[in-house]
Formats: sequence, C-alpha cells, structure tokens
Amino acid sequence: MDVIVLQLFNGFSVSSILLLIALGLAITFGLMKVINMAHGELIMIGAYSAYVVQNLFLSYMPSSMFNWYFIAAIPFSFIVAFLIGLLLEATLIRFLYGRPLDSLLATWGIGLMLQQLARTIFGAPNVGVTSPSWLNGGMTIMGDVVLPYKRLFIIALVCLCLVAMYVYIYRSHSGRRMRAVMQNREMAACLGISTRRVDAMTFAIGSGIAGIAGCALTLMGPIGPSIGTYYIVDAFMVVVLGGVGKLIGTVFGALGIGLSNTVFEYWTTASLGKVLVFLCIVAFLQWKPMGLVAMRSRSLD
Amino acid sequence: MRKNVWKSVSLLLIALCIVITGCSSDNKEKTNAGTDGGANTASDGEIKVGILHSLSGTMAISEVSVKEAEMMAIDEINAKGGVLGKKLVPVVEDGASDWPTFAEKARKLISEDGVATVFGGWTSASRKAMLPVFEELNGLLWYPVQYEGLEASPNIFYTGATTNQQIVPAVTWLLQNRGKTFFLLGSDYVFPRTANKIIKEQLKAEGGELVGEEYTPLGHTDYATIISKIKAAKPDVVFNTLNGDSNVAFFKQLKDAGITAKDMTTLSVSVAEEEIRGIGVDVLEGHLAAWNYYQSTDTPENKTFVENYKKKYGADRVTADPIEAGYDAVYLWAAAVEKAGSTDVAKVKEAAKGLEWDAPEGKIKIDGDNQHIYKTVRIGEVQADGQFKELWNSGDPVKPDPYLKGYDWAGSLSAGN
Repeated sequence: MDVIVLQLFNGFSVSSILLLIALGLAITFGLMKVINMAHGELIMIGAYSAYVVQNLFLSYMPSSMFNWYFIAAIPFSFIVAFLIGLLLEATLIRFLYGRPLDSLLATWGIGLMLQQLARTIFGAPNVGVTSPSWLNGGMTIMGDVVLPYKRLFIIALVCLCLVAMYVYIYRSHSGRRMRAVMQNREMAACLGISTRRVDAMTFAIGSGIAGIAGCALTLMGPIGPSIGTYYIVDAFMVVVLGGVGKLIGTVFGALGIGLSNTVFEYWTTASLGKVLVFLCIVAFLQWKPMGLVAMRSRSLD
Repeated sequence: MRKNVWKSVSLLLIALCIVITGCSSDNKEKTNAGTDGGANTASDGEIKVGILHSLSGTMAISEVSVKEAEMMAIDEINAKGGVLGKKLVPVVEDGASDWPTFAEKARKLISEDGVATVFGGWTSASRKAMLPVFEELNGLLWYPVQYEGLEASPNIFYTGATTNQQIVPAVTWLLQNRGKTFFLLGSDYVFPRTANKIIKEQLKAEGGELVGEEYTPLGHTDYATIISKIKAAKPDVVFNTLNGDSNVAFFKQLKDAGITAKDMTTLSVSVAEEEIRGIGVDVLEGHLAAWNYYQSTDTPENKTFVENYKKKYGADRVTADPIEAGYDAVYLWAAAVEKAGSTDVAKVKEAAKGLEWDAPEGKIKIDGDNQHIYKTVRIGEVQADGQFKELWNSGDPVKPDPYLKGYDWAGSLSAGN
C-alpha cells in the first residue's frame, strides 16, 4: 500500500517535471513550429541563472536572507532566458520560419555554441546549488511514505506556470493576437497585427519558461554545461505525444509519459522501462499520428 | 504539418549520418605515414608526447582536470631540465567524448606527430577503442582512471586502480563494518556491469546478500522509483557505480526522500573531490567512497602537489584520484625513459618493470607482469568541507591483479566471460 501511494506520487512528480521542461517547447515548437533544438540549452541557462543568483546572495546579502534566493532566482531565470530568446529570434529564428529542417540544424548549432559558452564562463565541471532549507525534507504521510517538499514545490510551480500561460494565451489581448498569427499569419497581418512583434514575443516567452524549468531543476538534478541534452528528447516526446499546438495536449502527454514511466520502471528496470515507454509512444503515434489532442484547423498545410 | 515534421526529422537523421561518416572517412585517409611509430622522437632536443582527453562533450567535466595535471607534470619536468636533456613538447588532442574519435586521434598522434607516448582516456569505452591502435602501431598509452579490470595490453600502462585495489577490498570492508545486505546501483554500461558481476561473486563467497540490482542509462536524472525500490529492499549498503551527472540527481533525491548517511551506507567508486563540488557537500556529507588517493592524503609529496596545482589553476580547484594518477603517469614514463636512455617503446617497457616513485598518494611501483601499479587502497568519508576523511587504508600498496587470479571465487570471471 505504501509503495503504491509513493509510486503514484512519484508518477505525478515525474509528470510535473516533464511538463515543466516541455511547456516552453509547447510554445516554440507547438505554436510556432520552430524545431527548437536549443530548448535544452535555454533550460541550462535557467539553471546557471539560479547558480548566479545564489552566488550573488552569498556575496552581497546577509546570510539570513540566503534562504530566499530561490524566490528571486525564478523570475531572474525567466528574464535571462527571455532576453536570450529575444536575441535568438531577432538574429536567427525569424529568417527560418516555415523552414523546419533549417531551423532544426541552426538551433542545434546554437545549442552547441551555448554549451561551449557555459563551459567557458563557468568551467567544464558541474557547479553546485544549495537548495533553500525550507525545501529540505518532506511531508510524512502514513508511515514510510515521505513526499519531498521539493517535488511538491515543483508540482505547485508547474500548476502556476500552466495557469499563467492559459490566462495569457486564451484570456489576454496579446494572447489572442498570438493565436491569430499562429493560425493564419497573412490574415492577421491584414488585420493590422504586427506579426514581427508577436513572433518575437512568443519565442521569448517560450524561452523564458524553459529558463524557469532550468531554475526548478537545480533542486533535483545536476547543473552543468550539457544538462540540456538530458531533457531535450523528453521535451519533444511530450509535445509530440500530446499533439502539436494544444496546451492541454502537452499536459496529457506529460501525465501519460510520467505515469507510465514510473509504473514500467518499478515493474522492470530503468533502462527497460524507458524502452517500453518509447515503444508505447511509437505504437500510439501509429494509431493516432496527431497525438493525444489533435488541433482542429481549417488551414491546409 | 504533422507530415512536415516527420519528414524533417528523418531528413535530419540522414544529414547526421552523412556528417558522421564524413568526419570519420576524412581522418582515415591520413594513416599511411610512419607506421613504425613510437620511436621516432622529434629532433632538436625535443620529445613530443601526446595528450588525448575529451576537452568537449559530456566527459569534459572529468577529463579536462586530468589533462591539466598532466600538463603540470610536463611543465615541472621541463623546468628541471626535461628528459634525457630534452624538453617535452605536449601535443594536445580532443577526444570529444566520442570513442571512434579517440581511436582516430590516437592514430594521428602516433603516425603523424610521432609522439613518444600518449597520456589519455577516461571511459573504458575510449580505452577499448584506442587499444587496437596502440597495439597495431606499437605505441604506448598511459591510462589514468580506475577501471573494471580483466585487461592487460602490452602497450598500455594502467595508473588507476584495477578492481582488487578498489572494489574488492571496499566490499570486504563493508561486509565487516557496515552489514551484509547489498543493493547494487550503477550506470548502464561496461564498467558498472562488470564491477557488479565481480561484487556478486564476492558476496556469495564472503557471506553477503544481494537484495537488489539496478542500472540506469547515462544521464538519467530521476531516481524517485529507484529510491522507492531501495526503501522497500532495506539494504545495509548501497554500492554505487553510477557515473557522471546521475550521481548529482541520485544523492539530491536520496536526501529529499529522507535517507541520510546515518540511515544507510552508500559507497561510491566514481565520486571524488571534484564531483563533490558539483553534487553539493550538504547532500553528500557522511557518504563513503573508495579510492587510492584523496586531496587530504597526508604525504609531503601530496602537500607540494596540491599547492602547485592550486597555484597553477586557481585556489578554488581540488585534486582527486584520477588527476593524481594522470600526474603520476607522466613522472613514471619520464623515469622509465631516463632509465632506458631512450624513448623506444620496447626499451621503456623493459625499464619500467619494478620502477618505484614517491607519488602524492605514497610509494607506488609498476608491476612488470601486467603494467598496472601497486597502490594503497583507501576508504574515505565525505566531510563538511568537501574533503574526505580516511576511515581505513590497506597499509601497504596492494599488488594489482586485473584478472583476480588470487581470488578463488573469481574463477568464473577470469575465464573470459
């Protein structure tokens, strides 16, 4: 019984992490159709931003404030990744809309450059981030089942990001403009929407959310120049399985992969579990090539 | 639009294949010249030596520091007048964390640059890729990392520990001091799987009990499920052969799950001082590791070594076992060349037999039979300052036994499977 509860929780926790790394990609790839291979590196930038904020707090703030560095690190990571996304869009991505293969190769190259840049600035070895003490430990429910605060925190953070994105995309004016441009660029332009500005904004927001993911992942995993490569495949998997273009699809995709991965991993081993998940995804996409939630669209492409 | 995506993904795969094959065939054309290799030193009072580590890619994390230690040893030797009165000139190549690249670059170093010897490699896969090249061209490789044993190439000197100098004594110590039930956790590749095969035989022979065995892909970052399994199995000891970034994720999540070093012993064989900084002392404190050298090892040679290393590369840097083994390799080779009076591979190998040197880790000696090194085994506990406190050592340096011939229970392992 303990194990079932714990594994259920682990499944949701893994799903939340998957969702967090895939949310940014759901925008840049899902909405904008840019195969953004540098997404992992934007996560890496978020992680290093958290590291920088931690060091700033260590050097310039009284030590009593140190525990709160993480709260400052989240918006800081968002802003840094947002600005780098803006720069990328302005200098490169905007020349590659509608050319998926080119954008794939170009962003892959950008990813390699960003990795090397991180290596030059921070050195090749991993860096350490000390988690704030209020996130240490966990909530004990029924005997042996401990729910770590960090995992609970990430679940909460993901929910927050989801709500914010939902409000922005579906309930705000700029979100409506964004959807209009993504659905029918020419018509939107005819109606007086500045598609350039919308593109730049959309890509930057997607990048910023990747930054938040990177910041949150410092709680759970390593922080090094090549961590992006660990997450990029999972991120694409979630978006493709969920159905390109729909936010709710990404949520279901993450839940599906996270829960099944946990179950398979518990029954078999980590390597075999992953193979089984991949097999299921391949089989599912054979059956439903559009993913879990298909976007209904009248445009022909 | 769905179709476009798949089309471009498959196109990318094809493009990648073309790029990869393009790179490798590019290098293969250059292999004709100078196949007698090894012996042809550069003129004008210089000896070229090769350094071949991953300076980019995922292994750069570990290998860059080893390269730096080797460069430091070369500089020190040059400052004292070089070898045979000649200056050492390092030729540095990047293996790029890619095993075929290691083989190509090794070939290039021996055939084109005519280096007298090569210091390099980290992963067993890179060593296995380079081995045929060194044997074919009769080159000389100094490999600085602890590994899974069951190998003794006449063209390789192994300055890291083999299994009977790290894993086997660590298991014995754990059985005597920490408990009988073991959970084996490792990354899914050759070193952990071979190491765990040995451990399982040893547990059977020495009265231990295996309660779980798990492997995760390299770069795996979520250990929630594995930790549930560990909790359910309730082992006395988790023997950890995870490699690289996975260690960070595992230890962080282990602590979050409410398991500390007080509740359960973990012993790692791939976590050294350098890794501690990346994982964070707060999550590692109290956990154990087995090595032959720690930065805190108390010898006069080590004091100088650590001082010089920090002076050269920064006060915040740390030394660790493979870094020290790489440093030793350069000095051992230089001593063998001095003794042989030549850089000829056969003569150097002959001269190296039984060669002794006062390394930072203490006295070490080359075993003439298998070209491994006599080393002292040390078990250390992580302290709050990120250094190890030595809990136990083997006293005298242990004779290397890569095929574990001296252990009855290992009969089936050394029989070649």
